[in-house]
Amino acid sequence: MARLVFMGRLEDVAGVPEMTVPPGPVDQVLAALEPALAVQLLGEKVRIALNGQLLTDVGGVVLGQGDELAFLPPVSGG
Amino acid sequence: MLDVRLALEPFDPAAEIAAFNARHPHAGGIVTFLGQVRDSGGVEALELQHYAPMTLPGMEELARITQARWPVEGLLILHRSGVMHPGDAIVLVCAAARHRRDAFAAADFAMDHLKSESWFWKREKTAKGWRWIEPRPEDRQDLSRWG
Repeated sequence: MARLVFMGRLEDVAGVPEMTVPPGPVDQVLAALEPALAVQLLGEKVRIALNGQLLTDVGGVVLGQGDELAFLPPVSGG
Repeated sequence: MLDVRLALEPFDPAAEIAAFNARHPHAGGIVTFLGQVRDSGGVEALELQHYAPMTLPGMEELARITQARWPVEGLLILHRSGVMHPGDAIVLVCAAARHRRDAFAAADFAMDHLKSESWFWKREKTAKGWRWIEPRPEDRQDLSRWG
């Protein structure tokens, strides 16, 4: 399985901090989610990291066994 | 010398500052910034979330960039994650340099980037419940000062 991680307000939208999904193309993984959640995950301010590395473009990415895809909304530290 | 830590439990800022100062006897100037949970607006608690694969590595990279930009002899970046209450320390930055301007600038630069470029998400709890805090436009403006 692969894992989706939802940070910040996206955790509230998803209702869970993370979710396991079958490996496969990200497009297919997102298409299997609640449409309202998928829309939020693909928001223009949301950045996406695969195994801790930021992606410039999620298109064409294929999740493998054990991969972790994190959805990172705008940050606010300090 | 860089000292970068993510604190999952409360830390004692006074003890951290004293230890930092003692480690840098040759620095002519030490600038210390402490961010704490403010006691106002009915805020009962503040939670900072981090993302383990990226948050500490990002803070370490920020420390390296800060050190490359100003001649600091020592730099401490210590940031809390977890649930905090009014008066609790959130972030501590200490910069030690031969001359004060470098210490001021390094601490200022590190703080601006911790506020709006580091991997933290913040929410606060009031009587109405939890609410996520979005970055303020001022935070972006602060960041743009550094070019």
